[in-house]
Amino acid sequence: MEAKEIYARLKKQFPEKVSGFQGEVFDPNLHVDPQAIVEVCRYLRDNPDLRFETLSDLTGLDLPKENKIQVVYHLFSYSHRHPIVIKVDLPREDPHVSTMEGVWKAANWMEREVFDLFGVVFEGHSDLRRILLPEDWVGHPLRKDYVEEEEYDGISTQRAPLVEKLLR
Amino acid sequence: MSEAVHAESEAFHTEDMTISMGPQHPSTHGVLRFIVKTDGEVMREAIPDVGYLHRSIEKIGEKVTWHGYVPYTDRADYLAAMFTNQGFCMAAEKLGGVEVARRGEFCRVIACELNRIASHLISVGTFGQDIGAVTPFLHALRERETINNLMEEICGARLTYNYIRIGGVGYDITPETCGRITQFLDHFESIVDEYNRLLSYNKIFVERLANVATITKEDAFQYNIVGPNLRACGFKWDIRRDIPYSVYPELEFDIPVGTGEKGTLGDSYDRYIVRIREMEESCKILRQCLQMMPKGPAIAKVARKFKPPVGEVYVRVESSRGDMGFYVVSDGSEYAYRVRIRTGSFTAMSLIDKISRGLMVADLIALIASLDVDAPEIDR
Repeated sequence: MEAKEIYARLKKQFPEKVSGFQGEVFDPNLHVDPQAIVEVCRYLRDNPDLRFETLSDLTGLDLPKENKIQVVYHLFSYSHRHPIVIKVDLPREDPHVSTMEGVWKAANWMEREVFDLFGVVFEGHSDLRRILLPEDWVGHPLRKDYVEEEEYDGISTQRAPLVEKLLR
Repeated sequence: MSEAVHAESEAFHTEDMTISMGPQHPSTHGVLRFIVKTDGEVMREAIPDVGYLHRSIEKIGEKVTWHGYVPYTDRADYLAAMFTNQGFCMAAEKLGGVEVARRGEFCRVIACELNRIASHLISVGTFGQDIGAVTPFLHALRERETINNLMEEICGARLTYNYIRIGGVGYDITPETCGRITQFLDHFESIVDEYNRLLSYNKIFVERLANVATITKEDAFQYNIVGPNLRACGFKWDIRRDIPYSVYPELEFDIPVGTGEKGTLGDSYDRYIVRIREMEESCKILRQCLQMMPKGPAIAKVARKFKPPVGEVYVRVESSRGDMGFYVVSDGSEYAYRVRIRTGSFTAMSLIDKISRGLMVADLIALIASLDVDAPEIDR
């Protein structure tokens, strides 16, 4: 199914919740209301004409200029061979969105990664801990305004430029 | 009397044991750690703990130029660096509207398929070693050494290649090298048979793997298991055929799938044998490429200050560990705005928690080896 038709389907089913369809790009995408994301995704998975069996990717995108963090879902249907990209806009100060774990299990780890690196809180997640960084790490590195701490666990994170080191 | 027996049974109590396996355990294929809760030899659960090899490759992508990022992608999966090179370059080319030189495409496929064989050799070799058969590992590494030599001839590096560039490849493959690749293929195709006799149909090996840690197709979809692990569940899906890229549509090759020939569909043995068969298919692809390679430049002209227009793209390549996704966002500047690398090992690791319940501790090793998870690719 073409991305346009997928959007038309969703628009018919959830008129208030979906918007901002972009079809003239490499990967057609649409925006979904954060409150309705689980509902919409469950529909996308279970509808026989759509049947998005798998969540290919779930990641974040920090947009400080627009003061928002996007969570980007790349869905793929093996049976119909069509992809779709779903985006959810969240406020930067306090990003909260429901977990997708109940729809696709793969979301468990991917959401942990987004929580770790972007600080997005996934409500209802079974095990929301940092995954790649240590538990006591400060900050969320993939945010654009992230400033590295000067040391971690007593180890300096600063390094003299290599040339200076050679001249010494 | 009965009281005495009662007292004794109370004194003799059992409890679950919690063991930390890794991060430096030799069979974890890099630095991985599992927190294993066991009841004797049977695992209650094995909780994977990853992140020991996190090098913030995605963040580095936002700090270096488009051309300058290619060597960093090597490190994302150093056992199959060609594919990460290719994934990023394909994303950049799509964003920037660069057409790849046709000879360059063939060079890419040759390099990638050689790399696939090398990576699968490591996978099946260490598989044997992990469950107690050391000899096949040495056989596998011997062949991989030849591939490493070929790679060195092609691009000057043996592990982190930095061969594929935006627009094509760094160096053309010379006719002499093509001759050596053909020589290697002649030699290697017979080696696969030897390998099958030595390991694949070895009774102990088969019994050790058949019916162990079965993954169903539904689980594979739910957890987004990709590549050989997905095909082992009996599902014929290969990005090279189904979402074609590069010159793969022009090449003929089969897609081996698991059939449950020694046990259940989707067991560890299926995952093993799919990789062996894929190596044979890679040999076929290589032979075709060597014949079809056209003349011409190996790289297209690309601006040194590469600035693709604003946009975002998600490309998939079939790496040796399956569907590898590159989500790249450009804001029109010299630096990428966001680079996201979605790898097969990451999602495969998340499945271990579920599959491992009720397995023997020794089978956990077989499970990790059969999923071919690779620590650098998980942590990036």
